Amino acid sequence: MPSTAPRPAGRSGRGRRRGAPPGRPALLLAALCLLLAAPAPGQEVPPLPADPPAEAARPQPPAPPPPPPAEVRAADTPSDSGRSVTVRWSPPAEPAGAGGPLLGFRIERATGADGPFAAVGQAPPGAVRYDDTGVDNGVAYYYRVVATRLDAETASAVAGPAIPRPQWINTNQWNVFLILALLLGFNLYFIEHIKAGGKPFIRKIAGLEAVTEAVGRATEMGRPILFVPGIQDMNDIQTVAGVTILGYIARTTAEYDSRLTVPTSRALVMTTARETVKEAYLSAGRPDSYDESSIYYITDEQFGYVAGVNGYMVRERPATCFYMGAFYAESLILAETGNSIGAIQVAGTAQPAQLPFFVAACDYTLIGEELFAASAYLSGEPKQLGSIKGQDVGKLLGMVSIVIGVTVLSLALVTGWEPLRRAAEFVREFWSTELA
Amino acid sequence: MSRFIRFVETFNSLDKRWIFLAVGVAVVTATIFRLTFPEIPTPMVRAIYDKVETLPVGSRVLLPFDYDPGSEPELQPMADAFVRQCAEKGLKMYFIALWPLGQSMVEGVINRVLLEEYPQLRYGEDYVDLGYKSGGEGVIAVILTDLKKLYTTDARGTNIEAIPMMAGIANIRGFDLILNVSAGYPGLKEWIQYAGTPGNIPTAGGCTAVQAPLLYPYHPDQMLGLMGGIKAAAEYEALMMEGYPKFAENKARYLTALTRMGPQTVAHLAIIFFIVAGNVAYQIMRRRKGAAR
Amino acid sequence: MMRRTIPLFITAFVGSILVIAYFIPHPPFDQLREDFSIFFDIIAAVAFILGGGNLIRMHGNRVSRREKGYGYSLVTVIGFALVLVIGLTKMGNPDGFRNSSVTAAGSYFDLAYQYVFRPCAATMFALLAFYVASASFRAFRAKNVEASILLLVAFIILVGRTFVGAWLTAWLPPSLDFLTIPYLADKIMTVLNFAGNRAIMIGIALGIVSTSLKVIIGIDRSYLGSG
Repeated sequence: MPSTAPRPAGRSGRGRRRGAPPGRPALLLAALCLLLAAPAPGQEVPPLPADPPAEAARPQPPAPPPPPPAEVRAADTPSDSGRSVTVRWSPPAEPAGAGGPLLGFRIERATGADGPFAAVGQAPPGAVRYDDTGVDNGVAYYYRVVATRLDAETASAVAGPAIPRPQWINTNQWNVFLILALLLGFNLYFIEHIKAGGKPFIRKIAGLEAVTEAVGRATEMGRPILFVPGIQDMNDIQTVAGVTILGYIARTTAEYDSRLTVPTSRALVMTTARETVKEAYLSAGRPDSYDESSIYYITDEQFGYVAGVNGYMVRERPATCFYMGAFYAESLILAETGNSIGAIQVAGTAQPAQLPFFVAACDYTLIGEELFAASAYLSGEPKQLGSIKGQDVGKLLGMVSIVIGVTVLSLALVTGWEPLRRAAEFVREFWSTELA
Repeated sequence: MSRFIRFVETFNSLDKRWIFLAVGVAVVTATIFRLTFPEIPTPMVRAIYDKVETLPVGSRVLLPFDYDPGSEPELQPMADAFVRQCAEKGLKMYFIALWPLGQSMVEGVINRVLLEEYPQLRYGEDYVDLGYKSGGEGVIAVILTDLKKLYTTDARGTNIEAIPMMAGIANIRGFDLILNVSAGYPGLKEWIQYAGTPGNIPTAGGCTAVQAPLLYPYHPDQMLGLMGGIKAAAEYEALMMEGYPKFAENKARYLTALTRMGPQTVAHLAIIFFIVAGNVAYQIMRRRKGAAR
Repeated sequence: MMRRTIPLFITAFVGSILVIAYFIPHPPFDQLREDFSIFFDIIAAVAFILGGGNLIRMHGNRVSRREKGYGYSLVTVIGFALVLVIGLTKMGNPDGFRNSSVTAAGSYFDLAYQYVFRPCAATMFALLAFYVASASFRAFRAKNVEASILLLVAFIILVGRTFVGAWLTAWLPPSLDFLTIPYLADKIMTVLNFAGNRAIMIGIALGIVSTSLKVIIGIDRSYLGSG
């Protein structure tokens, strides 16, 4: 079944505005992303040589041996944790087709310049690099690369010594470091700026504005409030964000003297949620109203958990349901069941695949980053609001980079001008990460 | 008020249980009558099929199965199809799982496909089950450089050094293809990011239809093909029928995705009917209310 | 003060070290992320005892007090105890207690998994098909221009995912191939939908950075039980 597309914004039968459309920055970002035609970058693999012509039926004279790989050099693999040597070479001097197809390269290693050499790996024809990861730190190794044909092979000159060592700094990640430093810097700057009296503009987030109304509705109807903090554990940042929102909702619930129920899918989330709700009731001056048994564990298993929550919803018919955290396939089951019991539903998740289901079935949805902004938004604390501004500047950085990147790449493709092509290559590499 | 308008009014606010009933009847009818429809393979699915077809005999294929019973109906047909094609081509199959319940999915496919349909294949020589390891992408990162650091035995407890097809394998860099079936995290995205791209290993796979849009960015540079959901599995089975006509003789066994697409197609059509009819009813009522004002 | 200060210090220290470790490949920093992930798995596994105990206590109380709906609690307690016992004792295991794993084929644990757990999980997942139908019926209404565009796009995707999509536009000449429903459905998913997803994912990533920073430097203390 395909996922449903987001439902239209508009008035609901209850007079509440369903699913506020994303703000202008998100729309602009989406439009800019549309222009980004280039696919995600991958590692470069040199093209394979063309197929050789078919051989004639008459017996052929023995093929000449292939030319040896040139400029073979072996060195410690940079920016790694050691135990790796990178061997590079240049393609053979003569066309590979002369005398038959090249089958590939055999990489051989020895601990002395005179050998004995033993094979440690294979590289396909057209390759110019091999990473030997079966070595020990601090030991000197020598390498040679053997170009092989069907019945002949030629070894290169010996390269080395290469001594693998671990490095302290991964210089390949300088771009990630720079971007991270910028983002952290912007966050810290705005936190300090707002603490010093700056007045940030934060647009209204309909879902969060509706929290008080939703809790009040449950109080009037005398029915409980359900809070589902997602199905992931406390090591997921979405769960942390969800539990933070739970704290604010719990304080409101305590002030209104409503019943709050929090079924959890993980034991650690249960213990954290209990602490959070208890503190919220304490700070609201209602410690007696706190009921530990209202926050309970069901099961780690995804569909067992949602079956338990659904059963509770159908039996107890909560007036308000909050879904804040990481959700997967169970999101639509929860939302539709909540819809069927007539509950007002506010959802928030950073799982893009589940957002359409929540938007279609819930009254309000916090889309992606709005979930993370929620704690700052609800608290109103300057220290926290600064982080929202930091997020916004990060988005601005992203938008500017997309415009620059798309412009440079497009011009490079159209004009073929070498400096532009190099600039486009730089932009591509700047926004790539080395993940291994 | 005319009978027609009353009907439209009722339809406009139809109790969802009627919708459930209609979808249920549609699916059951299609299942009972085994309705199937032709599937035209899309380029992304064909790319995976062609890649497997062009691998020489004895090529090493890593088959991580990262899903559980909840998504088994959607993903099992593609897992079965991958294994059948690899078995037909004489490829060496290395099964692995990053989900705890993925291990039972591997055992299921071995019992159902390899032991029953390819009894001539030998465990340890043609296929091996390395089992489940926790750690998500951490496992992938380790086996990219040193597989035996994590896997000292296979899933059956046999020492890894005693398994013939593990001889000479230090890590997965030398593998010819990664064919992953995943229902979430960790899954195909992690295999691409932590093995396929850094290790330069051709990577492809299948996932649930909901996940597929998140994986499109990786195609074609980092992921040579993607099968999103049961429809893509049906397209793959259509290709298998083309390349291996014997599979058409027993659709119930060999073409489960094609068989399941029948009820899915009918269910889609039922949903489309309700959407269209619901909009027609809505527009009629809206115009009536506008005229009444 | 100690109750708050020590956890705050641990969070700041560990959080900072793990961020820095990303840029330091030298041992032991290269293994830190993996090691802490394993530490968390151990803690979560031990915490399961808390969760399991809470489950039994809560449902046991309901059964003993004969509260409303205590039948469901009875099923939960019996199911929990039964599977725990047959798993721990490897009951019905063909190769006995010592020589096989808990999940060996033919054991009662395996039977419970194959014939109770798996059908239940698949059934819950199958509910989605019905809920998608009811959600679509309710949500896809052409109330305004945006909603109408959304309806049209959803229609193209739904039809394009079936053979009907190819059949409906099969009459178009090859030069108008870009107007066929399967082509449109593919482009909507791989271009338009993907662009929107990317924008949301960029926003999410920035939100994660901000939230993580707030937790590490101690601005957000929700995990301690206060905001």
